[in-house]
Amino acid sequence: MTAAAVAARVTDPELPMLTLADLGILRRVDESGDGVVVTITPTYSGCPAMRTIQDDLTDALHGAGYARVEVRTVLSPAWSTDWITPAGRDKLVAAGISPPGAAPRRASGPVPLTLVPRRRAIGCPQCGHPDTEEIAAFSATACRSLRRCPVCREPFEHVKEI
Amino acid sequence: MSFDAAYEALTDHDDDARWAYGTGFTDPLAGVDSAVPPGVDRGDLTAYCLALGDDALIMSHRLQQWVTRAPELEDELALANIALDLLGQARLLLSRAAEVEDAGRDEDALAYLRDAAEFRNVRLVERADADFAHLVARLLVFATWRLALLDGLSASADPVLAAIGAKGVKEVTYHRDYAARWVVRLGDGTEISHARMQAAIDAVTPLIDELFRPDQIELRLAAGPAVGSAAGPAAGPAAGPVAVDPSTLRSEFDAVWSQVLEAATLRAAGLAPDGAELRGSGRDGLHTAELTGILAELQGVARSLPGGVW
Repeated sequence: MTAAAVAARVTDPELPMLTLADLGILRRVDESGDGVVVTITPTYSGCPAMRTIQDDLTDALHGAGYARVEVRTVLSPAWSTDWITPAGRDKLVAAGISPPGAAPRRASGPVPLTLVPRRRAIGCPQCGHPDTEEIAAFSATACRSLRRCPVCREPFEHVKEI
Repeated sequence: MSFDAAYEALTDHDDDARWAYGTGFTDPLAGVDSAVPPGVDRGDLTAYCLALGDDALIMSHRLQQWVTRAPELEDELALANIALDLLGQARLLLSRAAEVEDAGRDEDALAYLRDAAEFRNVRLVERADADFAHLVARLLVFATWRLALLDGLSASADPVLAAIGAKGVKEVTYHRDYAARWVVRLGDGTEISHARMQAAIDAVTPLIDELFRPDQIELRLAAGPAVGSAAGPAAGPAAGPVAVDPSTLRSEFDAVWSQVLEAATLRAAGLAPDGAELRGSGRDGLHTAELTGILAELQGVARSLPGGVW
């Protein structure tokens, strides 16, 4: 198996149903002889999973016979939820997590303030009701918000757009 | 896992490094190109990264102190997540400072082994919050200022600062919305919540001016490398400004501040500081006594067990 294929199969520690490739944080895999350089980007500046991801990549590639593994970080361009692949979105839905919509695009000028949560049609992953409400913009991790369905009353997590 | 051996189970890994201070946390800039743009003074760039990193580090610590004290579980999570984002920004900035300084110190040495007078954060971030209204007022001021700052920084001639700025904008946009919504909810709430929110706005207002007073380092870095600097045109692409002159951010701040206060039915406090806030700046190492208390907590373990591993 190529180094790229091995790295692409490593899963995210916080969202284990997704691979690093599904999540869009695996930026490059460069192979030379028995060495590999993997380049990843953090989702959020403070993402505490980066160290674990680095360890998991190193373990997986060592296990696949690559003796020298280096994991590099790139900060730019900054990760966007738009980089989550269609397969990744399907896996989120299957796990009961609502996938992100399109990341906000900003015209030039200051970042607009959003005093009232934008009404967006985010469907309930439990019962399919098309419109749900936000309970909190932050939940178990920085990348997910907490929402609730007004019909089945089930709370659920939504990967918020950045 | 057996509870008889709970601690053994916790450390039952071959990568214990993540469990303790001083055991080789990953350098968050590992693999990021560390070059300094031509014509940029390394001392100035170090000090600038340190100042922006200290702002994030101390604000993050104050937010962490709210965990277990917030009004609702959702707010515990929000404050912890905001604190974590800022801690991440602090790690990147302190690592960049250490890298540019090139004097053998790392992010841990900068965070844990400097005394209060060596910190360069603005005094706004040191302030202890009398109640939740004070916290959201202070967070609104901080996030509104920092969002404009990071947005400007995303065009920095220093590629690392530009990347930190562009990434931080996405995070702090959520922080500002969170704080602004709470200010509106409390200000436009009951008679009691309105009065307490107004008191918090009045209390934070004297701390605002300092945020927009540039120091000499910011002005030099905002002007960009001197024309005809020793590096010359052969040294690479022409570099623009490295830093943001904070005085240029005031109008954006004022527009957001007025928008939130109006929606919250609050009045802007008159700028009648008692005088203390006008003298000096946290950027010059002039701090309130409150910073000493924060550092005692933040640095206690690292200083009592230097290089400790467990």
